[in-house]
Amino acid sequence: MSRFLARIAPQLVTLAAIVVLVTLFFPDFIQISFERGRFVGPIIDVLKRGAPVALLAIGMTLVIATRGIDLSVGTVMAITGAVGAWAIASGYGVVPALLLAMVAGLACGLWNGILVAIIGIQPIVATLILMTSGRGVAQLITEGRILTFNDPAFAFFGSGTLLGIPFPAVLWLLLAVAVTLLMRRTALGMLVEAIGINRAASALAGVNARVLLIAVYMASGLCAAFAGIVATADIRGADANNAGLWLELDAILAVVIGGNSLLGGRFSIAASVLGALIIQTIDTGILLAGFPSEYNLVIKAGLVLLILLLQSPNLAHTWRFLRDEAMRRREPEPELHTRKEIEP
Amino acid sequence: MIRTLLVTAAISIAATGVSAAQTIGFSQIGSESGWRAAETTLTRKEAEKRGIDLKFSDAQQRQENQISAIRSFIAQGVDAILLAPVVATGWDSVLEEAKEAEIPVVLLDRQVDSSDDLYLTAVGSDLVHEGEVAGQWLAENVGDQECRIVELQGTTGSSPAIDRAKGFRNAIEGKDNLEIVRSQTGDFTRTGGKEVMESFLQAENGGQDICALYAHNDDMAIGAIQAIKEAGLNPGEDIKIVSIDAVPDIFQAMAAGDANATVELTPNMAGPAFDALEAYMADGTMPEKFIQTESKLYTQSDDPQAEYEARKDLGY
Repeated sequence: MSRFLARIAPQLVTLAAIVVLVTLFFPDFIQISFERGRFVGPIIDVLKRGAPVALLAIGMTLVIATRGIDLSVGTVMAITGAVGAWAIASGYGVVPALLLAMVAGLACGLWNGILVAIIGIQPIVATLILMTSGRGVAQLITEGRILTFNDPAFAFFGSGTLLGIPFPAVLWLLLAVAVTLLMRRTALGMLVEAIGINRAASALAGVNARVLLIAVYMASGLCAAFAGIVATADIRGADANNAGLWLELDAILAVVIGGNSLLGGRFSIAASVLGALIIQTIDTGILLAGFPSEYNLVIKAGLVLLILLLQSPNLAHTWRFLRDEAMRRREPEPELHTRKEIEP
Repeated sequence: MIRTLLVTAAISIAATGVSAAQTIGFSQIGSESGWRAAETTLTRKEAEKRGIDLKFSDAQQRQENQISAIRSFIAQGVDAILLAPVVATGWDSVLEEAKEAEIPVVLLDRQVDSSDDLYLTAVGSDLVHEGEVAGQWLAENVGDQECRIVELQGTTGSSPAIDRAKGFRNAIEGKDNLEIVRSQTGDFTRTGGKEVMESFLQAENGGQDICALYAHNDDMAIGAIQAIKEAGLNPGEDIKIVSIDAVPDIFQAMAAGDANATVELTPNMAGPAFDALEAYMADGTMPEKFIQTESKLYTQSDDPQAEYEARKDLGY
């Protein structure tokens, strides 16, 4: 447990620092009230709005741990949202709609997995194919329109609450815990890391890298399906052009802020999810602070750059070196003294 | 060889067709939005109504596709060309080719940076005026009451966002009871509109301090309506909502009393274009270089349900 806390400490500190920063600009940020059977407040909005990126980041962490990357998740959100909305609008009911959306996500993941694990295309190229072409598939399903529906049960997944907490927040929290337990209570997490560190060696050691890789991409597709369901249910409509647009980049950023290496190997889902929360806190904070919209991306970029610089191992090394130098310079006498003593 | 044969065949077909009916080529950008799909549908309908043989080409967002479509229209010897240009620059040479072939070109919806003697006229909406119509409606509707307005802007830096913001400010200028208190981009999307509206509501005392919402397009307004409902307020009454575009879904919201007014960006750009072409071909009447379409205001009293029914099958 203490090792776990030590691993996520930098992300927790960053998140706290960002919350303090936003509170300086918008003092009511940390206020939470209970109205009409639900918690209300900016922090609750962050937990809810951060859901799509947090969900994507869970799957993305696993893919990146295998030294891969999944650029298609934003598009998969659009496809699964379109499938879900289509099923609801055609009167299939909530459970079939959810199942169909999840199957669509798994199918997208299977496609990516086959391209990567069996055909051997580099992950960035393999998933780029679905990223660019998939929106066309989503548009075919919605016929180019925003496919709207008015089913309260399906809308619950976007704007409903469970014990006063927005359902999307409950969903990513539960999924993060479940996937972490699955990875850490079994050998699965270690096998995934083994593939990321050296696929050939892990295969020689008896890991079925091919099946595991496909499974990891399917997991990422399923996470994207959940994110797609949340996004679609939130606006009660499937917007094939805009759903999940550029969110794959935010998901990768969340994983990186979470301190996971893009070169694969060790991973922490909790840290990635915290990364997603950090990004969402910045986004919501910018909106609340009331700056003109021209500054949104500049502020976000500046803060992200700062966070990554502070986390950089090279910079930490330089920092430690400079600090030691400064300390040495402050107390030069004893050192010279000892040297003189040795000389004669 | 086959190609030349095909082209000759096409020319001869077009040539025989001229006497019976006009042939007009239409190079459309693509179908990136519902509005664009509706424009295509209405252009086809208008052409059918007038007995025009419309040759349609979808450029799928690429200028090179549009240029080759125009060249093929010229080769087929069409009577006129409608062009909805995907970008503003790079049209000089192909427009000159059309001019040499004496084929008039009418621009739809967007402008080009070429010299204006290279095309007959441009049909489009005045984006600043749209913002003004929205602002005037709100100013009249609110009267002398104090009103704190929040604004959902379009994509930062896009010309509709800049011009619609400008027009609205023109209309409420000098009215001290109207004040824009918060302004933020919702990227023209429903999700963006909902997320930003949630933050507006948080920042403005749970929405109690907001009197009206101005959204640069209907989709953001529809997203915002959901955010307002989830915050326990009544959109359309507690917060007045005016937006622009007049897509079918906003009429549904107006019919339900959730939205108050919308300014139409008509997808029927082809109607005025065909009118101008008819007059030009009949006796050489030169139209104005810019034909401004009407920015019509619709409110809850304009039978929104009927407007919805009339629009829902246009492909929005």
